[in-house]
Amino acid sequence: MINKGSKILLEVKHLKAAVAGVAGSEILKGVDLTVRAGEVHAIMGINGSGKSTFSKVLAGHPDYAVTGGTASFEGKDLFALEPEERARAGLFLAFQYPVEIPGVSNSALLRLAYNTLQTQRGLEELDPLEFEDLVHEKIKVVEMDASFLDRSVNEGFSGGEKKRNEILQMAVLEPKLAILDETDSGLDIDALRIVANSVNSLLTSDNAVVMVTHYQRLLNYIVPDYVHVMDGGRIVRTGGKELALELEARGYDWLRAAA
Amino acid sequence: MTTTQTQGTREQCFEQLLLGKAVKSESWLEQMRLDALARAQTLKFPSDRHDDWRFTDLSPLYLHDFHPVVTFARVDLCDIQQFLVPDATRLVFVDGSYEPSLSDLTQPEHTVTVAPLADRFGDLFVEENFGRLAPYKQDAFVALNTNFFEDGAWIRVAGQAKAPIHILHIATKREAPAAIYPRCMVVMESGSRATLVEEYAGLGNGIYFSNAVTEVILEQHARLRHVRVQREDRNAFHIGHGSVVAGAHSVYDATSIALGARVSRHGLHVTQRAEGAEILLNGLALIAGRQIADTHTLVHHAAPGGKSEQLHKCIADGAAHAIFSGRIIVHEGAVRTDSAQSSRNLLLSDKARIDTQPQLEIFNDDVSCKHGATVGQIDADALFFLRSRGFSAAHARNLLTHAFADEIIVKIPVPSLIDSLGRMILERIGGEV
Repeated sequence: MINKGSKILLEVKHLKAAVAGVAGSEILKGVDLTVRAGEVHAIMGINGSGKSTFSKVLAGHPDYAVTGGTASFEGKDLFALEPEERARAGLFLAFQYPVEIPGVSNSALLRLAYNTLQTQRGLEELDPLEFEDLVHEKIKVVEMDASFLDRSVNEGFSGGEKKRNEILQMAVLEPKLAILDETDSGLDIDALRIVANSVNSLLTSDNAVVMVTHYQRLLNYIVPDYVHVMDGGRIVRTGGKELALELEARGYDWLRAAA
Repeated sequence: MTTTQTQGTREQCFEQLLLGKAVKSESWLEQMRLDALARAQTLKFPSDRHDDWRFTDLSPLYLHDFHPVVTFARVDLCDIQQFLVPDATRLVFVDGSYEPSLSDLTQPEHTVTVAPLADRFGDLFVEENFGRLAPYKQDAFVALNTNFFEDGAWIRVAGQAKAPIHILHIATKREAPAAIYPRCMVVMESGSRATLVEEYAGLGNGIYFSNAVTEVILEQHARLRHVRVQREDRNAFHIGHGSVVAGAHSVYDATSIALGARVSRHGLHVTQRAEGAEILLNGLALIAGRQIADTHTLVHHAAPGGKSEQLHKCIADGAAHAIFSGRIIVHEGAVRTDSAQSSRNLLLSDKARIDTQPQLEIFNDDVSCKHGATVGQIDADALFFLRSRGFSAAHARNLLTHAFADEIIVKIPVPSLIDSLGRMILERIGGEV
């Protein structure tokens, strides 16, 4: 929901980034983006346009180095923060390829992460029993069976289960800004609907979502306020939700020609 | 350290060990001890050109003269509280000597015998079985132990041992470096079952040399869960050998944990002697600083239809050096052998080193065998994922290291030991999880 008076969560200006340690590998060539509380953004573009790199750079992935520009998160210099400090400040990245972590149970991961944030916010940690109550509420949102909590993080999960597990983490951690990196890829229509419903149920006027996606399909379920098209490491067009439909109908080539 | 000191100390160290205290015993054992001493004098310390020892730097051992233990330190139950396993039948040895006041043999299960070995040398059954498995003719350390051991644990199980059997070897801090020779013999009779915890622990950051030998006989359909925990003092030396023979359809299920000692070695030889025996070997070495931990396992499939499954993990931090050599030999007659071996290793620092050598030797066609080894660092993707969920880099590393170790720890069939080792590993990797 657009409310021009609401608080700016993320403000990115002229962001440039390259593969860390590789000269001349610049992928982002000047990205500008402003996200306010309550907004839903979609970033679309073909493979190699830089949209996934953009989401990783915002989360602080060590494979990339910022070579220019700025990003502030609620007024704080985002690039001065370690990845964990960004998370504690309320930034969340749902991974395109969720990582398997054998030997760490899903419930332990969620509880430890939740308690780390609670401590950061000056709130009481929850003991395992209290946390169990909380997580059993949250797991309903993503329509996952409670047995997933006892399993190692993502180990042996199907592609769709892994994506839902990312959204479960989002539901527990309640970030101010969630970046969903191709969360729709590899999902069948039922899983897509569940993921979209979960995300919609988590949206409030105080938080925001940036969806990075290749396809318009997800946007039928999570309706964006803004659609941005990335190409060659820049945002080349911004519009409303109708831009996504136009892209679906006409492809990306006409935009590239226009740019 | 002066450079002149190292000259010739290897020989000197060995000569000093040979000056150990002579032990009086029954004539059959006296003969075995004399044979062993003669072999030790010939074999001496293995050279670094010896194929089984080329990765293992024993030179820190040679810097010390080890003396026999003649006076015994006083140890109270509260000193060893942290090691106690609830409800276990317990034999405690302090610096190699049986300590009745710390032991607990009060759970009488008439099918289970747990006793100090020195009381049993007059027993014909002991005479017929003792010392027949451990290769004192080929291995200088086994030879030294066989000559110098004074006492040990004698375990004979005929039925189902409900209480775990805990053999605890405690080393105290002493004025002069001590040579300690723990010994253990286990006979699992036909159809019997037991859980054995064989543990080596130090109490005071002392320098000592613990040279241990364990022999295990599993008769048909016997099943032994054998946990071996080596948490010696960080300045100590531990060389341990185990020899196991597995009878028809028996199950030998071993989990070995190495955390302590400046230099440690665990050699484990398991022979599947009759049809259908199952051998499960799990191991974990977790070391840091300048520690060296060497695990050498040898499995002989010498009869048909056997199974072996091995998972060994090493975690090395600091400038530590872990070594794993796992040899599986499937003999000509051992058809339908099913064997899987996996060596997985985690390097936590640039200066740490891990050498792993899985070796499979197969002498018949009708087998299913696989083996593999990996050496890696903390997974960068997993690390970033955890940091992106708010974990500090150090916490994330600890969590991942702990998870890697935990896969072995949780296989231990004694819950109190899982807890105490879990805590020790947490302290070791330096933090909270």
